[in-house]
Amino acid sequence: MTTSQGIIMILAGLASGPLLGGLIAGLDRILTARFQSRIGPPLLQPFYDVIKLFGKEKMVVNVWQAFCANAYMTAASISVVLFFLRSDLLLILFIQAVGAVFLVVGAFSSTSPYSQAGAHRELLQILCYEPLLIFVVVGIYLLTGSFKIESVYAWNQPVLLKLPFMFVVLSFVLTIKLRKSPFDLSTSHHAHQELVKGLLTDYSGSFLALTEIAHWYETVLVLGLCSLFWTTNPVGAILLVGLTYFLEIWIDNVSARLNWRWMLGYGWAMGVSLSLVNLVWLYAR
Amino acid sequence: MFNKILTRARTMSPWVLHFDCGSCNGCDIEVLACLTPVYDVERFGMINVGNPMHADVFLVTGTVNHRNKKVLRNLYDQIPDPKVVVAIGACGLTGGIFREAYNVVGGVDKIIPVDVYVPGCPAKPEAIIDGVVLGLEKLKK
Repeated sequence: MTTSQGIIMILAGLASGPLLGGLIAGLDRILTARFQSRIGPPLLQPFYDVIKLFGKEKMVVNVWQAFCANAYMTAASISVVLFFLRSDLLLILFIQAVGAVFLVVGAFSSTSPYSQAGAHRELLQILCYEPLLIFVVVGIYLLTGSFKIESVYAWNQPVLLKLPFMFVVLSFVLTIKLRKSPFDLSTSHHAHQELVKGLLTDYSGSFLALTEIAHWYETVLVLGLCSLFWTTNPVGAILLVGLTYFLEIWIDNVSARLNWRWMLGYGWAMGVSLSLVNLVWLYAR
Repeated sequence: MFNKILTRARTMSPWVLHFDCGSCNGCDIEVLACLTPVYDVERFGMINVGNPMHADVFLVTGTVNHRNKKVLRNLYDQIPDPKVVVAIGACGLTGGIFREAYNVVGGVDKIIPVDVYVPGCPAKPEAIIDGVVLGLEKLKK
């Protein structure tokens, strides 16, 4: 990759969150509404929401919260930029995890019980999905011999054919990461839940907007990870990601919220065993 | 230019906080009816949030009494500017049939400034949506 290509990729990565992520969120809301036999908001609704939030009066619980919202946003955007630069998968995951932890710290810094309970649940969610993400990356490493995204693109056939179970594990992570039912424990897209807005209860105004944009970046990142499973053909990649995302929204609409014990138990039991089966199969091959 | 975009975003995304200030639940059911597939207020970007810090539009139903006037005031103060207050139903407007009761202060406007009054006992969902849309005119200014 030359310098000019690199700069273009950095800019594309920075733009992808606010533009692509926002459009995906809008599409998500329309699809969800259609599933519930409603018409739903316009496609640009997430953009209206975020712009409006930036124009609201600033109300901060404490300085830490403002700092954490900015740190979460920065880490999420850096991880997506690194993904666009086809960098190291492990590095991307660690930076993404740093951002996720900052969001939790911000929620912990407030004394609101809703925010606190939401933060506890988010920690459990991170505990559930981080090992599974590492397993997926290890699978890619065992197959291609490198943690670099570059080497996945250099691979001559779709990774999905060799790592089918890993893809199931990744879509499991996707459900948690996108805050979709049955794993929208800490906070959800739906306005009302038992924890009001959980983790995001005390973020407001422009800081809520920052967490929303960071969430778009994370959506782009996880969907990007999904696209790595079909790198030989752009049409195949788009089809695979589109189908996975459609299934996510479908699952979101047909399932109820589950408690964290179920998430950890099922997530680890299913995720770890499927990963191990796939890894052993790769090794024995 | 920027102000124009911001104004458009504000009118396209009114997040609603609903507070039952001692209502008989008649108006509250009508407020919630707005969210159902029949009326689907999400078409206008409206979301019913449970958190005053995220809200733009404050829907208040029912009479204000000496117990809950502090809660009403507190919720109002927690909503960041710019905000719109919509009082709903006969009780929210004036105290309704309870206005003579010893514990009733009266309508919502006795405690906080009200922008739009939506009459009715209970107010119809169409009227409530109309009231919120009218309230959005304030955000345009």
